[in-house]
Amino acid sequence: MSGLLVARSEIAARPAVGPFGDRLFRALLIGAALSVLALLGGAAIAIFWGGLPAFRHFGLGFFTRLAWDPVRQDFGALVPIYGTLVTAAIAMITAVPVSFGIALFLTEVAPHWLRAPIGAAIELLAGIPSIIYGMWGLFVFAPFMADHVEPGLTALLGPLPLLGVLFDGPPLGIGMLTAGLILGIMVVPFISAVMRDVFRLVPQALRESALGLGATRWELVWRVVLPYTRSAVLGGVFLGLGRALGETMAVTFVLGNAHDFNLSLFMPSTSIAAAIANEFTEADSDLYRASLVALGFVLFVITFIVLALGKLMLARLAQSEGSRR
Amino acid sequence: MTPNRGRLLRRQATNTLALSLATLATLVGLIALVWILATIVINGAAALGPHLFTRATPPPGAEGGVLNALLGSAMMTALALLIGAPIGILAGTYLAESGGRRWIAELVRFVNDILLSAPSIVIGLFVYEIIVQPSGHFSGLAGAIAMAMVLLPVVVRTTDETLRLVPVSLREAALALGAPLWRMVLFVLYPAARAGMLTGLLLGLARISGETAPLLFTALNNQYLSFDLTRPLANMPVVIFQFALSPYPAWQSLAWAGALLMTLFVLLLSLGARFMVRVRTR
Repeated sequence: MSGLLVARSEIAARPAVGPFGDRLFRALLIGAALSVLALLGGAAIAIFWGGLPAFRHFGLGFFTRLAWDPVRQDFGALVPIYGTLVTAAIAMITAVPVSFGIALFLTEVAPHWLRAPIGAAIELLAGIPSIIYGMWGLFVFAPFMADHVEPGLTALLGPLPLLGVLFDGPPLGIGMLTAGLILGIMVVPFISAVMRDVFRLVPQALRESALGLGATRWELVWRVVLPYTRSAVLGGVFLGLGRALGETMAVTFVLGNAHDFNLSLFMPSTSIAAAIANEFTEADSDLYRASLVALGFVLFVITFIVLALGKLMLARLAQSEGSRR
Repeated sequence: MTPNRGRLLRRQATNTLALSLATLATLVGLIALVWILATIVINGAAALGPHLFTRATPPPGAEGGVLNALLGSAMMTALALLIGAPIGILAGTYLAESGGRRWIAELVRFVNDILLSAPSIVIGLFVYEIIVQPSGHFSGLAGAIAMAMVLLPVVVRTTDETLRLVPVSLREAALALGAPLWRMVLFVLYPAARAGMLTGLLLGLARISGETAPLLFTALNNQYLSFDLTRPLANMPVVIFQFALSPYPAWQSLAWAGALLMTLFVLLLSLGARFMVRVRTR
């Protein structure tokens, strides 16, 4: 492995003198690579710049106010931020256990001939465009939730102290719970793929020693595989979270775009992405548009942090893998 | 003896329960997949017909097709590929050939992986700020550039990964024969990694074909058949979005038909990419 790396870096590290074609080619390569950095940096700067009028006008109050009133030119980011966080939280609460179950099934339970086709089918979920999830959510899943799931949840969990508020409300179908569940389905393929891939990285010797000592399959996964892959599994969860936070179209269809603060998960709300998608082309004043761009900047910062943490945690397992070998 | 036996039974019961729940979770995932696909196929098939491909999007209450949206999407996708693919391939080549040691390559790889999962609506805002706002109007060109930005990280990633699989001896053989770097890359590396790089392009194409958020306020939409890239341009995702949320049955049925076409196209591309990977590794 190390020989390979040395040879490769020597190729690129050859002095930049040489035929004109090579100098030009190298310049092209590095220019293209830098364009990736420019894309991220440029987006950060341009969106911050676009949102600056709103940050200036409202100050820190932008983040703490509930109001969103285009007529009175009064914009606060709290409701969209709350909606984004709550829907993403619902998504993770449902998607993480399900993804873990799928990864467990694909690495331990399923017979070998079944693993590839089922893995491929789950990955197809990631290929379905987000707007398709939105249409399915609005026309099929939301009515299903309203008719069959939400009344039951109210009856079951509504009377609980504290938590009951979350499940108390009219069963509209459209709202944070439905949006969160759809987000959950959308991120399952990403999280389960990471989990499955890192579970396979566990050295065969470790697995065999656990089984040889009499561990059951579940004990093997819970006490050996999961601790071994902990940081990478967490990294996969964070990557899923990053996607759930920024997902736009599916949420736009089923969230109802209501800038009202509600504790009930059944009530319509809005998220950062949905607010931008719904209102941007209709924003009729500069401050309105700047407020939406400012929301976009908040989303950009949140997802950047979450995704960067996820990448770093994934890289940690890869590194320890490398040092072991 | 008895307590041990009880413990064993309990452990086995836990094991059975956990593995059953895992199977159940997989079933939930598969049911969601089938449920979504069935919805699209049933509603979409009912609305299919040759009129989709011969007529432009109708005004409310009239009959029509999605010809203008299909052509607009095709134009923007082609342009996005023309812009995004070469830059992506070159950047991926840089990453693979710098050996992963230089900090700049590490940084680019890190940033690229973040872009891969970054919210696409942010790309839409970015393009709005740098192109739509200064030029004063929405345009197909802005939409294509937004799509190219979504495509770029996919191509960078797959090119990087595929090129790193090409044996070092091949590179060394070419360089030892006196080939300059660019000839080595163009005539040795790329042909050797052809299948993988094509897979990356297919995956990228699948990704941008379904993206809606970056087009909402870049390309916007256009009710009429248009080939002018400097003006708002009709495209499938935005037409589906607007028609699905409209109160008119004719529009909604067009949205379902469009959704079916889009899903088929995207899934066929993903399956094609998967198939190519399998052929290559065999």
